[in-house]
Amino acid sequence: MKVRVLYFAALREARGCREEEVEVPVGTTLGDLYASLFPGDRVPVAYAVNQVYAAASEAPSDGDEVCFLPPLGGG
Amino acid sequence: MYALVDGPIDVPAVRAAVAQDTAGAILVFHGVTRDNFEGREVVELAYEAYGPMAVAELEAIGREVEARWSGARCAMVHRLGVVPVGEASVVIAVSTPHRAACYEASRYAIDTLKARVPIWKKEIYRDGSAWKANAETPSS
Repeated sequence: MKVRVLYFAALREARGCREEEVEVPVGTTLGDLYASLFPGDRVPVAYAVNQVYAAASEAPSDGDEVCFLPPLGGG
Repeated sequence: MYALVDGPIDVPAVRAAVAQDTAGAILVFHGVTRDNFEGREVVELAYEAYGPMAVAELEAIGREVEARWSGARCAMVHRLGVVPVGEASVVIAVSTPHRAACYEASRYAIDTLKARVPIWKKEIYRDGSAWKANAETPSS
């Protein structure tokens, strides 16, 4: 299945793009997906699926919009 | 009013969004860009947001404020892109029937915004740059 992954801030710079479509096996958790896309040293992130906060243990569905949120800096 | 804007924030409009005849207090909080971080001179700051989620979170925080403090009304606008030092990056207006609740609600709104709304800040120094994290960030 495919999910659309969005990148912001340091992750956008590290990945070199704002978003991409990624092929993932059904059942892949958000935490696993993050680890596979960013091997090595990783900044701590929160997760969102379809613009709602989600736990690292959740598995997105086909067509979902996934975002890894590095530490926030708003305000 | 819950919005992200690219230029200077229209402060009177944010304040007007919470005006109500039952209000005995209105607080308008300005979060302003500072010229230094731990001794390094900041030249400018740049904000970016996960737009649709950021607006949804601002709206959710506003609903929480209005549910938690009776008679409260809330409005929040965050600026994106480059914000010169000394200008407002965020403006939060809250009105309530009495002042004590107004201070509490205003504090809750900015603290929760910093913890939950997906917005990021890059500080540009004379000698480099860095993405700055809030102490309240939810990342684990």
